[in-house]
Amino acid sequence: MVIYGTALLAACLLLGMTLGGWLGAVTGLNRDLGGIGLSMLLLIASTEWLRRRKLLPAASQSGIAWWSGMYVPIVVAMACIQDVARAVSGGPAAFFAAILAVAFGLALTALLCRSAARISGDAEKLP
Amino acid sequence: MNALPDFLTAVLRRYDFLTALAVVGLLVSIAEWSAARFTRGRLHGSALAIAAGLLLAGLGGALTGGTKGLADLPLLGGLGLLGGDMFRDVAIVSTAFGVRVAELRKGGLTGLAALVLGLSSAFTCGCMAAWACGYRDAESLATIGAGAATYIVGPVTGTAVGAQPAVIAISFAAGLVKAILVMLITPAAARPIGLNNPRAAMIYGGLMGTNSGVMAGLAATDPKLVPYAAMTAAFYTGLGCLAGPLLLYPLLCWLL
Repeated sequence: MVIYGTALLAACLLLGMTLGGWLGAVTGLNRDLGGIGLSMLLLIASTEWLRRRKLLPAASQSGIAWWSGMYVPIVVAMACIQDVARAVSGGPAAFFAAILAVAFGLALTALLCRSAARISGDAEKLP
Repeated sequence: MNALPDFLTAVLRRYDFLTALAVVGLLVSIAEWSAARFTRGRLHGSALAIAAGLLLAGLGGALTGGTKGLADLPLLGGLGLLGGDMFRDVAIVSTAFGVRVAELRKGGLTGLAALVLGLSSAFTCGCMAAWACGYRDAESLATIGAGAATYIVGPVTGTAVGAQPAVIAISFAAGLVKAILVMLITPAAARPIGLNNPRAAMIYGGLMGTNSGVMAGLAATDPKLVPYAAMTAAFYTGLGCLAGPLLLYPLLCWLL
């Protein structure tokens, strides 16, 4: 049933966020520490475990897949509710951060690709 | 809003969540159509939709003087739920479902190295930019630093560490600007940086990480490279959501 998949997703998120909050409390930062990332790891592990035992039929999977299909629309909705005026008044930080990150990423790609190619003789060719 | 008859606005208001779904669907379809029609797929429809959303949020904020963008308009309050923390988080976590452990292993050491390098360099660049713009508290630095990774990692980190809404909006904007930049630059930059084989695509996906940007950029460069980049880029946001609050924020707290 579809609800099994959705319930598993919800349970992973609740458990992951609880763990994240607990980690935050233990480390004394009193913030959520990586709850989302932990939830994702839980979902990967639990679905893999269920899949191996053939306990994850297509209907259950669709209960999770629907939500990942809603990813982009939810991000669009998230864009629609941003406080744009305050963000713009915050100065050019967003542009600086993005341009710097992209430039750095391009340089690193060039560096890594070249050194990887040198180590292995020549780069893998496309089939 | 007076242009709409009362019986209609009453329904739209009562079922405000469904109104939000319909509005977002409309927005996405217009954006997909415009992306295909006017940019020949060079700009991803999703990026266009997100940019349009930001624009509309600015407009909504200007109209109402509120802080929640379009959600401050009486008929569009449902957007606050659809785009809020709960739905955002469940959508992000659900994307991990497509990940197979076997594929994780296949990506191997190269992919992992690219991911770690990519995330740490994005965090560093973002923090430097935030510092240059006068932010000095660990919460804001971590949030904007994470925004330089992707538009998801930024807000997730910001919510986790309790950053101000305006700072979260900046981090979202940073991630969006990055995605659009990557989309536009990739086809031109591919040759000079040696992005013409599967391994290079995997490295690129891990270093840039911004999923929509990398996918659209590579699709316009060489569609055969897309799955290889997807393999690493798929982990970037998840790893970033883990590392932003778990490593970056404590590190900044310790440094400051």
